[in-house]
Amino acid sequence: MTPLTNYLLLSAFLFCIGLAGALSRRSAIMVLIGIEIMLNAANLNFIVFWRFGPVPTALTGVMFTIFSIAVAAAEAAVGLSIILAVYRRTRTTDLDSTEATRS
Amino acid sequence: MTPPSTWIVRNLWLIPVLPLIAAGCIALLTQKRRAIAASLAIGSMFVSLLLAMCAFSHVLILRAHGAPDLQVFNFHWLQFGTQWLSLGWMLDPLTALMLLMVTFVGLLIFIFSVGYMSHDENFTRFFCFLALFAGAMLGVIIANNLLLLFMCWEVVGLTSYLLIGFWFTNPKAAAAAKKAFIVTRIGDLGFLLGMVWLYAQSGTLLFYDNGRGALEPTSIATTLAHHTIFGLTAATVISLLIFCGAAGKSGQVPLHVWLPDAMEGPTPVSALIHAATMVAAGVFLVARMYPLMSAQISSLATPSLALEVVTWIGAITALFGAFIAVAQFDIKRILAYSTISQLGYMMMGLGAGGVAVGMFHLLTHAFFKALLFLGAGSVIHGCSGEQDIRFMGGLRKRMPVTFATYTAGMLALCGFPLLFSGFWSKDEILFSAHSWSVSHVPFYFGAFAALLTAFYMMRQMFYVFAGSHRAAPHSHEAHEEDASSPSLHHPPASPHESPWVMLVPLVLLAAFAMLLGFLGTPAWPWLQSFLDSEPTTFSFAGFSTPGLMAVMLSSSAIVIAGLTLGWWIYGRKTIGDATTSDPLDHAQPSIFSTLAHAFYVDALYDTTFVRAANVFAEISAWFDRWVWNGIVQAVSYLVIGFGYFDSFLDTYLVNTAFDEGCKGVSRSARILARLQSGRVQLYLRAIAVACIALIVLLLWRAVR
Amino acid sequence: MTLVFLLLAVITILGMGAAMSLRNPVHCVVGLTLGLLGLAALYLQFGAQFVGLTQVLVYVGAVAILIIFAIMMTRSSESAEQQTFSRSWVAGVAIAVAVFAVLGWAVHFGASGLNTQSTAPELPVKQIGDALLHRFVLPLEIIALLLTAALIGAGVLALQDPASETRGQR
Repeated sequence: MTPLTNYLLLSAFLFCIGLAGALSRRSAIMVLIGIEIMLNAANLNFIVFWRFGPVPTALTGVMFTIFSIAVAAAEAAVGLSIILAVYRRTRTTDLDSTEATRS
Repeated sequence: MTPPSTWIVRNLWLIPVLPLIAAGCIALLTQKRRAIAASLAIGSMFVSLLLAMCAFSHVLILRAHGAPDLQVFNFHWLQFGTQWLSLGWMLDPLTALMLLMVTFVGLLIFIFSVGYMSHDENFTRFFCFLALFAGAMLGVIIANNLLLLFMCWEVVGLTSYLLIGFWFTNPKAAAAAKKAFIVTRIGDLGFLLGMVWLYAQSGTLLFYDNGRGALEPTSIATTLAHHTIFGLTAATVISLLIFCGAAGKSGQVPLHVWLPDAMEGPTPVSALIHAATMVAAGVFLVARMYPLMSAQISSLATPSLALEVVTWIGAITALFGAFIAVAQFDIKRILAYSTISQLGYMMMGLGAGGVAVGMFHLLTHAFFKALLFLGAGSVIHGCSGEQDIRFMGGLRKRMPVTFATYTAGMLALCGFPLLFSGFWSKDEILFSAHSWSVSHVPFYFGAFAALLTAFYMMRQMFYVFAGSHRAAPHSHEAHEEDASSPSLHHPPASPHESPWVMLVPLVLLAAFAMLLGFLGTPAWPWLQSFLDSEPTTFSFAGFSTPGLMAVMLSSSAIVIAGLTLGWWIYGRKTIGDATTSDPLDHAQPSIFSTLAHAFYVDALYDTTFVRAANVFAEISAWFDRWVWNGIVQAVSYLVIGFGYFDSFLDTYLVNTAFDEGCKGVSRSARILARLQSGRVQLYLRAIAVACIALIVLLLWRAVR
Repeated sequence: MTLVFLLLAVITILGMGAAMSLRNPVHCVVGLTLGLLGLAALYLQFGAQFVGLTQVLVYVGAVAILIIFAIMMTRSSESAEQQTFSRSWVAGVAIAVAVFAVLGWAVHFGASGLNTQSTAPELPVKQIGDALLHRFVLPLEIIALLLTAALIGAGVLALQDPASETRGQR
């Protein structure tokens, strides 16, 4: 097991933690947190490949990660404001309840 | 034959077509436009008369130059395969003579009708049919093709149906028209068969066609050579078949039954159709087909079998008609039976003596019979619709012009010697019958019929014109009953002379009735030579033909005997009143009633043919109602049954299946709707599973 | 498999694991923050200093705080009664395990044969700036647009209706 595979396994594990949470938690904000965790795991993947990958002088991994962080931030903002808007209407953030998904 | 470069021969078709066009135009008019209708008809007939005179003079000129006087104009009509069916018209002495006669007599009768039908509300329709008839008759005359002749022949039959049944609201008139049409149709069936057979034999229906025609020597030789049933030649059988048609149209026994009933039509119709033209069409047909009818294998002295048959039937008819006319009381019926008798004479003349003899009598008969019919019409008009001679009388003083002209006609009919045309023409016939090589019986028939003719005409004269007027007892009701002529709505006044428009034709016809005879006297047989294409001179040597003087003297004696007999029985004592029975009836009631019922021929036909036809009609009706109708109904019930079955299937099978299908769809839809729950985490899970599957698939491939 | 890596990995996993399993949402955010810091440290260890610090600035400094704001604002009175996990949480966990299995397999299969280098590459910030404005200028501009749109969108979405505001005030 090379160091590369170790880090990659770590990134995969983090991803799955995030996925498990996103699929199982009841609250919408928890789902959002899970999504953030998944994004971070992907960022880690990029950095690992940049560090241990075949062509280190290209800074594609780093750039991609920077952009990914920016997009994730924007997405978190919009997602949270959507949750707020829905919360205002339905008074709950519970995804299992029927009121949350009522059209 | 000279090529028809002359104008008249090329345009001979105008002669029948002009009245046809007039008929077509009149058909488009309303009933109110009487003057236009009458002038169209009379005008077209007048122009046809002028053209006929042109044609006649053309033939005379050709004869004077010694050129052949038969000219035809043929044209292609239909093409089937490589063959052409040609039609055409011809101009020869026979044609020219008939054209002149028909147009002239027709014109006079048209003029007469203006007066006679002036009170009728269907005036324009009458003239339309008259013009149509004239056109068709002229077409028969000029036709060079047997098919064209047949077509015009049928139109003549049609128009005679229309004209006899002109007052169709009267059931007797309608029945008479139907009878005329059907009886002539029976004859026409023979005609059609003969025509088809002739076409099969000779390959052409044209009469004269540069040597290829059906009546020209090569074709006749072909038909003669062909033998058929009973050892007869095809020529004979074809001639007999065509004679059937002629017998039907000309009222020969046994197809004569329609002619007396045809008197239900207006009197001008009787004059035109049943005196001068249509009944003469049959005689004309025999004259036209004479080359075929007289053809025989060996040049024996005896005539051909076809002509023998024609002569016998003519003789029988002549006697038959004369017998029946003796016992009739309707003025027009006497003349009708007289027409039958004279037609028999014409056929006898054709058969025994040839074309010229028969046509001479046809010509003179046309004039004096038309004169007699128009005179009868004048009498009927004057007596306000009365037609029974027992209710007439004393008209000599009240209708002098009618009386004079009627006398002229009557004497012509009887054949009074020397001055009247009937004498010369009837004499020719009797002479031919006398010299007939087969038998003398037709001569005796003809002579006896002449006696009877003189007798019954004298009887009629005394009943109608002599004595004093015997008005009908219930004259007003009688007029209503005799409403076969609804035109005569005169109040039952005393008899009066007819208007001048009716008298002028009478006078003209009387003049011709007297003068025409001089065209064919033995001293100067102009007409015979004209028709037989031989030269002629005027010489009294013609009288010295053996047997001729004997026949002439004996026929004169017969006529005078008949007239005297008529005077003896009917003239010495004036007929007192209408109810006294006829002296003959008084003497021999059974014979008289047999004659009055026309030898019960009509009754015989009624019990046999008519009843058979009715039985057949009943059977057909039964068949139609129960068998065909039953089948149709059965089919329709079957269809209805199918309909019910279908509806049952539809309701219980199709509908149920459809409903179940729909339910299945909605059930599966409900199941599938769970996918769209709107639950985000479910979507996410689905995406994750799909991703897994995809990655596994890709890796699996790569591992391999 | 150095000790530092192991330590940092354990911190990150613990943090993220806590974020996903605790009941109280604020506790979850704290765990998330811990995980993010662990990741930042990992980036620093890898030599991607800029990314690591950016991570701290953006994620910890903005996103986590934002999440806390949202939690505060959507806190309902019966928060204790609301269950943490959905009814079918087993299926979700099972799917995550399956994903991990597949990813692990892919890593093992794909990445074990790769040449890896051992020395960390040099990456001055100037180089990143240069790259941003030359090679990656288009993504930069797009990101700028995206951020602007997100800003405006979030602001619009989160705006309170005047009607509900008056209702809320009553």
